[in-house]
Amino acid sequence: MQQPKPDGVTPSQTVGPYFAYGLTSNGKYDWNDAFTNNLVTADTSGERIRIEGQVFDGDGAVVPDCMLEIWQADAQGRFSDPQDKRALPNTSFKGFGRIGTDAKGGYAFDTIKPGQVADPDGKPQAPHIMLAVFARGMLLHNYSRIYFDGEAANASDPVLALVPADRRATLIATRQPGGNAVYRFDIHLQGDKETVFFDV
Amino acid sequence: MTLVYPVQSLAAHPPRLSPAYKSTVKRSPSKPLIPMRHTLSELTGPVYGHETVRENDHDLTIQGKSEPLGERIIVHGHVLDEDGRGVPNTLVELWQANACGRYVHVVDQHPAPLDPNFTGAGRAQSDAQGYYRFVTIKPGAYPWGNHHNAWRPAHIHFSVFGHSFVSRLVTQMYFPGDPLFPFDPIFNSVTDEKARNRMISAFDLENTKPDWALCYRFNIVLRGRNATPMEKK
Ligand SMILES: [Fe+2]
Repeated sequence: MQQPKPDGVTPSQTVGPYFAYGLTSNGKYDWNDAFTNNLVTADTSGERIRIEGQVFDGDGAVVPDCMLEIWQADAQGRFSDPQDKRALPNTSFKGFGRIGTDAKGGYAFDTIKPGQVADPDGKPQAPHIMLAVFARGMLLHNYSRIYFDGEAANASDPVLALVPADRRATLIATRQPGGNAVYRFDIHLQGDKETVFFDV
Repeated sequence: MTLVYPVQSLAAHPPRLSPAYKSTVKRSPSKPLIPMRHTLSELTGPVYGHETVRENDHDLTIQGKSEPLGERIIVHGHVLDEDGRGVPNTLVELWQANACGRYVHVVDQHPAPLDPNFTGAGRAQSDAQGYYRFVTIKPGAYPWGNHHNAWRPAHIHFSVFGHSFVSRLVTQMYFPGDPLFPFDPIFNSVTDEKARNRMISAFDLENTKPDWALCYRFNIVLRGRNATPMEKK
């Protein structure tokens, strides 16, 4: 059924300061969580990793009312979406996570390292996780990508190649010392250290 | 089916830096965004459906021990793409203040009463035609600290997924004829009047339930056109 052709998209508005009980309840409100920051399920294969960091504004102050969402391929580079024709039906790895930042602007996701996904020309992209950043004071969310340091494929990634060399590091999560696969990825909304955001 | 998402559609959105809304000043990018082609990463998106939405999640008036106070309303409409095609089976999340303009959120300090029977959160899944429906309470206006005597017009927050990660939308639904419209920098951050009007629900007498609840219609239009398969570009 078709409705009359709309005269454009519905404009975005800020997520505001009070989204937590509806979107990122995390057991703190009388409402169930549809989404969490842990993407790993019992049957998920791949290298388990944690990505953690903080969100900062243009003054370097932490942003405690930010919502982060990630979207990623599985370890074989497939998305849990029927639009990805290679996706495995019934896989329990959904590839989506959501979290609200804490009082120190901090966040963490537990997930797996994604596999490589081809670009529209069939050229492999380096492993990456899609990131959407929402907050009070943001009228429209920002899109970014999380890449991983130590990845040889970063050097030939077609999207990283679009980014001025002196800003590329803002997109690369850094492996932390220690035995566990923990990566640090800070997000700077504005300023000298500003994270690269994409016009997608 | 592969959809395309022209970036021109984004022109309807507010500029990220809208100084009248003061919090945007330090939270908007100061460097240009980097244009890029959409890859499978952008063109796919999370799929959530019935397992995520419980039976009564769309009715915010029956989540407590008894009924919340305030004016009961029906809010319904279609999730559409830009060509007017329904976006089926997509998750619609909603959160809002209570009838007094107070949020359950711990940080909300507005000295208006909380309602023990109202959380203000709901979820629905659009049907095969993109149709969704909520039953809730009309939210009150509330003050905020942006400037002297600043009040937000009554609004309901919406979050919608759509067909891909780049069709993701978070917005606010307003009510027709609100006297606070001319004074609200968030509403007016959308500079085009026609686009602004797409955030205002329409009073829907036809679907108002006699002796029970007024009805408002709110169609949510997401990016994306079905017509052009990527392969033929
Ligand atoms: Fe609000």
